[in-house]
Amino acid sequence: MTARTLYDKIWDAHVVAQRPDEPVLLAVDLQLIHEVTSPQAFEGLRQRGLKVRRPDRTIATIDHSIPTTDRSRPIADPIAARQVAQLQTNCAEFGVPIFGPGSGHQGVVHVFSPEFGLTQPGMTLVCGDSHTATHGAFGVLAFGIGTSQVEMVLATQCLLQQPSRNFRVNVTGRLAPGVTAKDIILALIAKIGVGGGTGCVIEYAGEAIRSLSMEARMTISNMSIEAGARAGLIAPDETTFAYLKGRPFAPKGAAWDAAVARWRTWVSDPDAVFDKEVTLDGSALEPMITFGTNPAQGIAITGTVPEPRALAAGVERDSLVKALKYMGMRAGQAILGHPIDVVFVGSCTNGRIEDLRAAAGVLRGRKVDPRVRTLVVPGSEVVKRQAEAEGLDQVFLAAGAQWREPGCSMCLAMNGDMLQPGETCVATSNRNFEGRQGPGGRTLLASPVTAAASAIAGAVADPRSFA
Amino acid sequence: MKPFTAFESAMAVLPADNVDTDQIIPARFLKTTTKEGLGLQLFHDWRYRDDGSPRTDFPLNQPAAQGAEVLVAGDNFGCGSSREHAPWALTDAGYRAVVSTSFADIFYGNSLKNALLPIKVSPEVHARILAAGSGARVKVDLEAQTLTLADGSSARFPVDAFPKRCMLLGVDELGYLLQFEGEIAAFEAAHPAPFDTRAAV
Repeated sequence: MTARTLYDKIWDAHVVAQRPDEPVLLAVDLQLIHEVTSPQAFEGLRQRGLKVRRPDRTIATIDHSIPTTDRSRPIADPIAARQVAQLQTNCAEFGVPIFGPGSGHQGVVHVFSPEFGLTQPGMTLVCGDSHTATHGAFGVLAFGIGTSQVEMVLATQCLLQQPSRNFRVNVTGRLAPGVTAKDIILALIAKIGVGGGTGCVIEYAGEAIRSLSMEARMTISNMSIEAGARAGLIAPDETTFAYLKGRPFAPKGAAWDAAVARWRTWVSDPDAVFDKEVTLDGSALEPMITFGTNPAQGIAITGTVPEPRALAAGVERDSLVKALKYMGMRAGQAILGHPIDVVFVGSCTNGRIEDLRAAAGVLRGRKVDPRVRTLVVPGSEVVKRQAEAEGLDQVFLAAGAQWREPGCSMCLAMNGDMLQPGETCVATSNRNFEGRQGPGGRTLLASPVTAAASAIAGAVADPRSFA
Repeated sequence: MKPFTAFESAMAVLPADNVDTDQIIPARFLKTTTKEGLGLQLFHDWRYRDDGSPRTDFPLNQPAAQGAEVLVAGDNFGCGSSREHAPWALTDAGYRAVVSTSFADIFYGNSLKNALLPIKVSPEVHARILAAGSGARVKVDLEAQTLTLADGSSARFPVDAFPKRCMLLGVDELGYLLQFEGEIAAFEAAHPAPFDTRAAV
C-alpha cells in the first residue's frame, strides 16, 4: 500500500461515499456549536422539516457574544441576549446538549471540547468557527466551516469536501527560555504568509513540536488558519494520551487501552510524501510580535518595523504603508518600548491554564503599569476554577489586572470588551486585523509572557527581561 | 436559491490585498440571527466615519462604483474567519461575483453556497481589470467560465464541476447530501460513536 500522511489516513477512514466528479461525503465524528454561526442553520432545518441527525455527536456552548463581567446579571445588550436565548431554544428543540454559563463547563468552544476529553485522535471535527483547527493538536482533522455547512452536518453528519494538499512544517531543535509555541506559529506565518497554507492541511512535526505540552500544541494548530490552511495536525503521542486520560469523555478501563493502541496508528508513514515542506529552526527563534494588520506582519521582539521603501512599488508596498499608518508605527522603529494602552490575555489561542500560569509567572510580585488596562480572561469555567485553585487569580488581581469570566472577549470584541479608537493592545489572541478588537483599535499579537511583560512595562517588552 | 445566470455589470474596484472577513463584516454585527440586512454593514469601518457619514475616499463609496454587481479586490480575498455573514453581506449589498487573484478557502466555499461567484484570474488579467477601474463593464458567464472585459478580451476562470452545477441549477448542497441516506446509515452502523455527548448533561 502507498505510504500515506496522517491527513490521508483520517480522510480515508471517513469517506462515506463519492460519485465520479463529485466531492467526497466525509463523516463527521463531532460538531461543536456556538451562538454566532448556528441560528441560521437551525432555522434552515426548521424550514425543511429536518431533525438533528446525531445529537449524540453534537455539543454546544456559549462563548462569542456573552459578557465576561458579572454573570449573575442578565446580558445588557438586547441583541446578544436574543442570540444567546436563541441558541438555548434551538438546543432544547433539537435535543442538542448545551453547556452555558454556570454549567461548570462553559467556555470558548475550542477550550471546552479538549478539556472535556471530546477531542480524540483520528476523529473528524467541525465547528462554525475558523479556529477549529485547534483540535488538530490531537491528530484530529478539524475544519472551520460556514453556516450552510453547519446546517448540512446537523442534518446528515456529513460534509462535502475536496481533498487538500499535504504540507509539513518541521520545527527543529528546542525553544530557548522565554520563547513559546505562540512564537513558533507567529514566526511560521511571518515566513510563509497569510496565504501560505491555502489549499493545504499543515502537519506540524519535529523535535520542538514533540517537546510541547498539549496546551502549547493547541496554540500552534489554532493559528493554522492565519496561514490560510484548511486545518492543522500534530500526530498524537504520549503527551496526548497523558492529557486525555481521566477526562470526562475519555474512554475508561479496558476501552482506554484499546483506544490508545488505536490512536498510536494516527501518524504519517515514514515515507509519506508531502506536497510542500518548510523547516523552521526552533532553537533560533526569539519571542515574536506583530506590528501590522495581518498575522504575517510579525517580527522578533528585538527587531525593527520594516521599511516600505524596501519593497517594489505595488499593492504589497501600499498595504504595508497603510498598515503602519493604521497602527501608528514608524518604518524602521524598534518595536521594544512601543507604548501600549491595553493587554489582553485569553482566547482560544492562549486562554488555557498553562497560558495563565505563564502570564502569572511574570506578573507574580509585580504591578502592571497603571496606565495599562489589563484583562485576563480564562478560556473556560474549568480553566477559571483551576486557576483560582492555584491562586493565579490573586496574582493577577494583586498585579492590578482584571480577572474575568470565560469567553472570547476582546479577541473579537463582540461582547462589549473592546478597544477604544487609537488604543494599542498587546493581545494573546490570533488576529490583528484592523478593528478586530474594536473600531480603530490596534492589536499586537504575542505570547502570554510577552503580554504580561508588556503590561508591567507599559510598552512592548521582552519577556526575557522579566525571567 | 435562484439559478445563476450570465450577466453584465459595472465593476467596483477595491485595490487591497488580504481583505479579511473582519473588514467585510465586523464581528460586532454578527449578533443577528438571520441572513438578511447585512449589506448595510458591509465594509462598515472602511465605509463610514465615526459619525456614520460615508467616507468619500473609500473606493466603493465613489460614484463609479455604485450599482456594481462585480467586486474586484486584491490577493487572498476573504481571509480570516469562517463567518458566512461575509458572503451574506456581499450579496445583500447586490454583489453577484468577486474577482481576485486568490481567495481564502473557507470564504471561497461559503460564497459558492450563496450564489456569489468567486472568480480567480491571473495577475496579468487582474492588472488589466484594475487599470479599467470602477465603473468599467464586464460580462460574467458561469456556464462558459468566462469573464469578458469591455475591450472584448475574455479570461477563463476555474470552478469545480459540482458547485458549478449547483449554482447553475440553483440547488443547494444539502438537498444533494440528503440523497445519500442509505450510504450514511451504512457508514454509521459500521462506525459506532466513541461517546454520547448527551451523557454529561
